[in-house]
Amino acid sequence: MFAHAFVRNAYLAGTFIALACGVVGWLAVLRGQVFAGDALSHVAFVGAIAAAVLGLDVRIGLFALTVLLAAAMAVGGRRGQADDVVIGIAFAWVLGIGLLLLALLASSAGGGSGIAATNALFGSLYSLTAASSAVAAIVAAGVVLTILAAIRPLLLSTLDGEAALARGLPIRLLGTAFLVALAVVTAESTQAVGALLLIGLLAAPAGAAHRLTARPYRGLALSAGLAVGAVWAGLALSYAISWLPPSSAIIALAALSYLAAAGIPVIRRYPRASNASSS
Amino acid sequence: MADIVDLFQFPFMIHALEAGSIVAVLAGVSGWYVVLRRQVFAGHTLSVLAFPGATGAALIGLPASLGYYLACGAGALAMSRTRPSLGRGYGGETATIGTVQAVGLGLGYLFLSLNHAVLSGFETLLFGTFLGVSPHQVLVLGIVAAVTLSLLALIWRPLLFATLDPDVAASRGVPVRVLDTTFLLILALAVAATSQITGVLLVFALLVAPAASAQLITMRPLAGLVLSVLFALVIAWLGLGIAYFSIYPVGFYTTTLALGLYVLVRLGRWAAARR
Repeated sequence: MFAHAFVRNAYLAGTFIALACGVVGWLAVLRGQVFAGDALSHVAFVGAIAAAVLGLDVRIGLFALTVLLAAAMAVGGRRGQADDVVIGIAFAWVLGIGLLLLALLASSAGGGSGIAATNALFGSLYSLTAASSAVAAIVAAGVVLTILAAIRPLLLSTLDGEAALARGLPIRLLGTAFLVALAVVTAESTQAVGALLLIGLLAAPAGAAHRLTARPYRGLALSAGLAVGAVWAGLALSYAISWLPPSSAIIALAALSYLAAAGIPVIRRYPRASNASSS
Repeated sequence: MADIVDLFQFPFMIHALEAGSIVAVLAGVSGWYVVLRRQVFAGHTLSVLAFPGATGAALIGLPASLGYYLACGAGALAMSRTRPSLGRGYGGETATIGTVQAVGLGLGYLFLSLNHAVLSGFETLLFGTFLGVSPHQVLVLGIVAAVTLSLLALIWRPLLFATLDPDVAASRGVPVRVLDTTFLLILALAVAATSQITGVLLVFALLVAPAASAQLITMRPLAGLVLSVLFALVIAWLGLGIAYFSIYPVGFYTTTLALGLYVLVRLGRWAAARR
């Protein structure tokens, strides 16, 4: 199966995107910001359309719009955290713009917009080129390294904002930086695999890890490991079963890991850790 | 002025206005609770579930709107089952909601590829259609809205108590968990109905923005509710009215009006606070 170039591309990009989604997703769940990632993934879709209308490279539209919205979320919320209501209204508006752009695109280029839209939503790992999978791997690895480099202040500012403030940590800046990292992962994953897969890899492995352990580093590793495992197994499954799209297989496996984790009688209860953050 | 009179000459505009008004009232009322309970993400996930609903229904040959309601109802149950222990607030457990959404989207995509066809009207599913509503659809919407609103009226007081102070409510014997589930089911109905008109992705223009603006102005339930419904109606009517005179889609105008309203109210609050 690895004799095929498209399989190797899929595994290369999929592994690193899964790593990034696992790490960023674990923090997003801890901070209660999965919705922000979800909203960013929908916005990325508009970025792709905007780039198509303006005749720019798709990647520019994706990154510009998601990072811009992430910054807006950080400004609109408190302490660099995003408020769900603000996210909801803002991203509905951006989608409204996307709708306008689709109308413009349809009237200028004479159709084809539906296909572009479907690709941005449900891009497939198995249709990546060698170049784009390499770029995806590099960007994802960069985000993971950046997050890991700043992991201690990020954890402290998430779990105990008062203590972080007392130590002089720039909470607002950290919150904004995290949202921007989330935006970069979103933009890259949307480009490579579609918005659909992103939310699955962001939420499910991280949720499972949070249910299994309250320890930060173990949780991060577990979340990343589950995400990578789901991608590897899902890709193999999809390769073996022709009617099964890779995204569906990967999401099914990730969701299964979450279900299993929720079903296991948990030894350390997760709420204890998060109660400390709200005090 | 003659143009505006003209607008009411067309049956399709009348149906659109009827459907828009029903949906606006429904979304304005249930949205007030969505914003109060901070269940925006849950609302969004429910609306996204319309996608597997529509594709699944197409696969087995059911009407799409039935698929909407079934999928949203199933999603509401899935989300409520996994809510953690009480007293954690409603912002938590985004992981569960996100997973439900991912599973829904994955299923939808699977159904779509099993069906070997690009879903007809894919953009309609995402972005809705005000124009092209049949009288039959208006009737169904009206019935769903009546059922949903009366259910909500029935549990109004205990739900308010359970929302504002879940721990005290639970200790007084209010069935908080049952209310949680009931509200999610009500929301599922409302969202499934709304998204048929506004489209899956633009539900928030009517569901969240009017209610959020109303709650910035007043926290009194009744006044806030009236304001929320009023805002939603204005957004729906103005959006439809403007779209009638332009070549661009309704969804763009409704979302822009929604954002404009919210920003205006926030600026007003900010100015009032500085004085």
